[in-house]
Amino acid sequence: MAKADLFGEALWDQYSSVVSDRMNNPRNQGEITEEEATAKGGRLVVADFGAESCGDAVRLYWLVETDTDKILNAKFKSFGCGTAIASSDMMVDLCIGKTVDEAVKITNIDVEMALRDNPEEPAVPGQKMHCSVMAYDVIKEAAAIYKGVDAKSFEEETIVCECARVSLATLQEVIKLNDLKSVDEVTDYTKAGGFCKSCARPGGHEEMEYYLVDVLASVRAEMDEEKLKEAADAGISGDFEKMTMVQRLKAIDAVIDESVRQFLIADGGNMEVIDIRDTDQGFIDVYIRYLGACSTCSTSTTGTLYAIETTLKEKLSQNIRVLPI
Amino acid sequence: MRVYADNNATTKVDEAVVEAMKPYFSEMYGNPNSLHKFGSETHKGVATAIDQIYSGIGATDDDDVVFTSCATESNNWVIKSVWLDQIKNGEKNHIITSEVEHPATLSACKYLEREFDVKVTYLPVNSEGTIEAHTLKDFVTEKTALVSIMLANNETGIIFPIKEMVEIAHQKGALFHTDGVQAIGKIPVDVQDLGVDFFSMSAHKFHGPKGIGALYIKSGVSLSPLFHGGSQMGGLRSGTLNVPYMVGMGKAMELAVKSFPKMNVEVRRLRDKIEKALLELPDTFVVGKENRTPNTILISIRGVEGEGMLWDLDKKFGIAAATGSACASEDLEANPVLEAIGADEDLAHTAIRISLSRYTTEEEADYLISSFKDAVIRLRGISSSYATVQAQNEAYSHK
Repeated sequence: MAKADLFGEALWDQYSSVVSDRMNNPRNQGEITEEEATAKGGRLVVADFGAESCGDAVRLYWLVETDTDKILNAKFKSFGCGTAIASSDMMVDLCIGKTVDEAVKITNIDVEMALRDNPEEPAVPGQKMHCSVMAYDVIKEAAAIYKGVDAKSFEEETIVCECARVSLATLQEVIKLNDLKSVDEVTDYTKAGGFCKSCARPGGHEEMEYYLVDVLASVRAEMDEEKLKEAADAGISGDFEKMTMVQRLKAIDAVIDESVRQFLIADGGNMEVIDIRDTDQGFIDVYIRYLGACSTCSTSTTGTLYAIETTLKEKLSQNIRVLPI
Repeated sequence: MRVYADNNATTKVDEAVVEAMKPYFSEMYGNPNSLHKFGSETHKGVATAIDQIYSGIGATDDDDVVFTSCATESNNWVIKSVWLDQIKNGEKNHIITSEVEHPATLSACKYLEREFDVKVTYLPVNSEGTIEAHTLKDFVTEKTALVSIMLANNETGIIFPIKEMVEIAHQKGALFHTDGVQAIGKIPVDVQDLGVDFFSMSAHKFHGPKGIGALYIKSGVSLSPLFHGGSQMGGLRSGTLNVPYMVGMGKAMELAVKSFPKMNVEVRRLRDKIEKALLELPDTFVVGKENRTPNTILISIRGVEGEGMLWDLDKKFGIAAATGSACASEDLEANPVLEAIGADEDLAHTAIRISLSRYTTEEEADYLISSFKDAVIRLRGISSSYATVQAQNEAYSHK
């Protein structure tokens, strides 16, 4: 929570004047008929995206010159809010004059940028970014129809956050590199989930294929597994600092069995490891308890202790401190 | 021209209410709980306000009507204190509410359900948008602590059969709360006749100020306080009395009762006139029939998305309406009532709510009708789906 979360600016007041103008007077709204297409010697493509039941639907008409694949004219129809209509209208502007291959490269971010009053200020507030996504998706549909292929073939990568166009691969890499632990951190680093928030976790505005919360969980699980594997590879002969708790315990016991325990037993005593803790100062504190005769022996806190600590330091880590309890 | 047709969200404060409140800001500003003259001189205003509210809802002197900050507080108070009083100790474990309650009720119930394992039943509305009283019989048991159902729905204005449901609940020993926010000033309210144990209200819905509400508690019914402090309002709701706002709420209640004939005749006539005119547009329908508050229309316009429609009404014509619950207008969810009545899912985002007040004029109604039609024509012209509807209709008529 923060000041802006407690009481935000009025929603429509955050729209750019271009968005308002395009909603009030869309330039490209309408249809292209077969007759018109035939008269101009081009091919008519009609593509639909979205559904009324979800609150947004758009239909795109292209008149394509088949020799050059150039989009000679385009129109749209839309069931949606102001942002959806304005985005569709701007998207059509961006299509006209481009080839189909060029048009496929138009993203919702291009549409949103074109709707800005100035390059620094977003055209719509975050929760309205998803309305521009549909305008972009329908281009893929139209191109797929034109080329007779599946619309998914235009997706070079898996997009998790459609508003900010952040791919699964980018998210995985950023989470790993920066050791991110929460969805908020992921949003801060990548902008994913910062707009309509649908991709943050299930239950948002739209149902998604991937959610940040799951992506984060699976990357974290993968990272943990790697860490474990690294530790396992290190084994009890490896780097003590990187070992898991169990490995450390085994390593300490192995050293004690090998170099210490026999002398304690010979004197009628013994010892056990109670706990191993990493301190903020970088020490590894090994808590031990003496058993039998050792527990009352005067050297147990001086000479014997010094011997145990020195052996562990030498064989495992210089950072070890041994503390009897 | 600017027309305000969103009176179920909030209303204009009546000038007479503002006048009644004025002296209690900088002239008579004492704390009514103080012993001195500055304090005691405010008593008359508060006492009058209390009388106006008791009389407005038909409460007896043995009942409690406690001022709160809003109906959200009143609803939360009932639900959470019933949990404290009857559910926490294991005596009972169940609350019944409806699918179309205000978020103040639904969210409080969901909170208890999530955090304290309270069993909550959400009664459905039928295809006409109302709750059938007998459905309550199937769910209420000896373990039911509370039934909380609104008196009139905020979206449709539909009046629910509270009196019948109260009898069913009481037979099983359950308390009954009704959120009466949308009823005050629109239909006559008599808490004795309804038989409810608790009744929530909010001043800003009937031309009073925002930030003041009340909770009626029937004589003999106990409810633990939610706010502890200086024991104001008999210890039921602590906090320094908000004198000017109480005075404002009392005055607003008095005026609401006085204006009732106007609401029932004049406002109803304007509402019916608008409704009839808008239904002349093809592919539209209104939720609810006769048994509604006389100021409300919930209309679905096929092919036109609600927020797009609101934009045109506001930006092109200066008309304020709503698409769903005002609280939900930023997250653009489907209209909960249209979902609940099981309307065609293509219509879930096409609802517009028009809600009038005693200030709505004939001229405004006419302007609203013509503007509304213009907006529908423009947006259906842009709509990707309405062309399909028309084609289907034509195909059908050619058969």
